[in-house]
Amino acid sequence: MAEITMMKIGPALIVPIQVELHNRAAAQVQEDIIQNIEQTGARGLLIDVSKLAVVDSFLGRLIGDTAAMARIMGCQTVVVGLQPEVAITLMELGLHLEGVYTALNTETGLELLERVIGDKVDEIETGHSAGEGVI
Amino acid sequence: METKSIPPIEITSVEGIIAVRQKVRELASKMGFGTVEQTRIATAVSELARNIYQFAGKGMVTIFSLEGDRKGIQIVCEDDGPGIADIELAMTDGYSTIKSLGLGLPGAKRLMDEFLIESEPGKGTKVTITKWL
Repeated sequence: MAEITMMKIGPALIVPIQVELHNRAAAQVQEDIIQNIEQTGARGLLIDVSKLAVVDSFLGRLIGDTAAMARIMGCQTVVVGLQPEVAITLMELGLHLEGVYTALNTETGLELLERVIGDKVDEIETGHSAGEGVI
Repeated sequence: METKSIPPIEITSVEGIIAVRQKVRELASKMGFGTVEQTRIATAVSELARNIYQFAGKGMVTIFSLEGDRKGIQIVCEDDGPGIADIELAMTDGYSTIKSLGLGLPGAKRLMDEFLIESEPGKGTKVTITKWL
């Protein structure tokens, strides 16, 4: 049930999350993503959550942790497709997805990733290079 | 106040969390809540159902539609789990005993209009949340 299809486009690994993940499946997906980054040499990770009607603190943490792991692997993460009501709810919940780039959709997400991984890492970390994508 | 409830939903697995989320959204939509409110309610229920699953292993969620002068949706989440020793602490943003983000209870409270928590160590926890239409 935790089968997630990943795709490599250019330097980026695309991961659409469409299914509900339970604790064990979530750990498995994280592992799969990190292994994929290693095998493909991806420098960008795009997580598409447009099919999710609810993102609770469990899933929010999973996304944040995965982005942190990816960063250690030299890979920058952008989360795309957050539905407006999900974005509103996340803020009220107190989940700010700090340190994760976001974009409206896959297309703008890939553009953002290209800019981010084309820049120096120290610039990315201070958020100067792609400020509009950082929340 | 007149109330109607759908049969209680048992939480024994992640499938239960998903089921209760769908049911609550369905009912909220039927009652006339907008999509943002539906998402707030479904997310709050998801947090509480996940707590049941994580801390007690199993429990029950009952959804009521309140149909008196003031219409609303009320959800009761209860379990016979370990209970909470310090409720005030548990309601603090960022406090967690399981290395989670610690946003579940305080977050659910922020997302709803009313939030009532009753708990006793060793006896279980009951959380009642309400959103007015």
